[in-house]
Amino acid sequence: MEVQDFEKLFQDRIDAEIKIEPKDWMPDAYRKTNIRQISQHAHSEVVGMLPEGNWISRAPSLKRKAILLAKVQDEAGHGLYLYSAAETLGMSRDEMVEQLLTGKAKYSSIFNYPTLTWADMGAVGWLVDGAAILNQVMLCRTSYGPYARAMVRICKEESFHQRQGFEVLLVLSQGTPEQKAMCQDAINRWWWPSLMMFGPKDSESTNSDQSMKWKIKRKTNDELRQQFVDMCVEQVKVLGMTLPDKDLKWNEQRRHYDFGEINWDEFWAVVKGNGPCNKQRLDARNKAHTEGAWVREAAMAHAEKKKNKQLQKVA
Amino acid sequence: MKAYIIKYLYGDYGEIEGGGSSASPQHQWPLWEIFIRSKQGLDHKHAGSLHAADAQMAIENARDVYTRRMEGVSIWVVESKHITASNPDEAGELYEPAMDKVYRHPTFYDLPDEVGHM
Ligand SMILES: [Fe+2]
Ligand SMILES: [Fe+2]
Repeated sequence: MEVQDFEKLFQDRIDAEIKIEPKDWMPDAYRKTNIRQISQHAHSEVVGMLPEGNWISRAPSLKRKAILLAKVQDEAGHGLYLYSAAETLGMSRDEMVEQLLTGKAKYSSIFNYPTLTWADMGAVGWLVDGAAILNQVMLCRTSYGPYARAMVRICKEESFHQRQGFEVLLVLSQGTPEQKAMCQDAINRWWWPSLMMFGPKDSESTNSDQSMKWKIKRKTNDELRQQFVDMCVEQVKVLGMTLPDKDLKWNEQRRHYDFGEINWDEFWAVVKGNGPCNKQRLDARNKAHTEGAWVREAAMAHAEKKKNKQLQKVA
Repeated sequence: MKAYIIKYLYGDYGEIEGGGSSASPQHQWPLWEIFIRSKQGLDHKHAGSLHAADAQMAIENARDVYTRRMEGVSIWVVESKHITASNPDEAGELYEPAMDKVYRHPTFYDLPDEVGHM
């Protein structure tokens, strides 16, 4: 069989909604795209722990500390599920970690923004996890089996993240004038970066959309972004707060909300490494990795010693 | 080779060039496959995989990542290298013997209604 025949068979399976599994034949570009996307996604979960981890010790009550700790622990788990899925495509964990630590691989730019007040924990849960969930729900049906299964697991855990965030804001929105102001301020700062999470506009693309054809993705950036806007406009009313966009308006014809233009210069600046916290995040990851080296080595040495003891006993 | 994909979708910004050496061969912890029994009476089912220095650590890590919400009552771990998988390219020959034996299914047999449920 020629490569073209394999590609045809491959596409037929995708079209028939048959999942692709690790040992199946797949085009090189399909493998590469998945490795890049899944590992980037994993890195985002891992780096995403930093802005929230920063608030665990400062959360206002023991209950809130416990909740935040549980959420951050979930994100570590999400990173693991995704790294494992990427590993099935032939890239080693060490290689992926290396790419993150050297800045070769990207992670979601949203985590390059600072978390300045307690209200940010609410805004992150509601908006950032909320945006991530829309993407992840779509990815539960992605064509690569291990990725889809990781997503199903992740989605089960995510909804508490968004709900706890919204509840943080809800409590603040019913509090003192200062607390209300803090709530609105956090929403104002996180709204636009959250919209940027969906990536560049569809019209920015030049090539035909291979990712959609391969059903790695099933919705475009703009579709997901619109879905997010429509959802948040309703939810913010419950908080009695506003979204910082004067162009936000119901469009009867489209049956969607129109919204203002995203600052794409800011978007690309953060992607290229010039966001408020890019350096800080990467430094923190590198520091943790370096300081954890002795633990990884000691665990391996301990495991080997135990194995040798056992072998001696048998002999 | 197909044209390189440059359409950006949800949070995919591509890779930036440069940035560090290629991965140095480190002493990576071995990979383990994790199987979880969700409740008494059910089979262990593959849940995922993780790296751990030894079996004990694999079980502890599996508990932390796969059973945080009481998803399991029992955990099996096996080092991934010990798993032998069938080859999907040989699926045709491998499962062919089962294809033409319809008489293995109860619906193959036409019986009068009077027999009742059987
Ligand atoms: Fe997550
Ligand atoms: Fe989350």
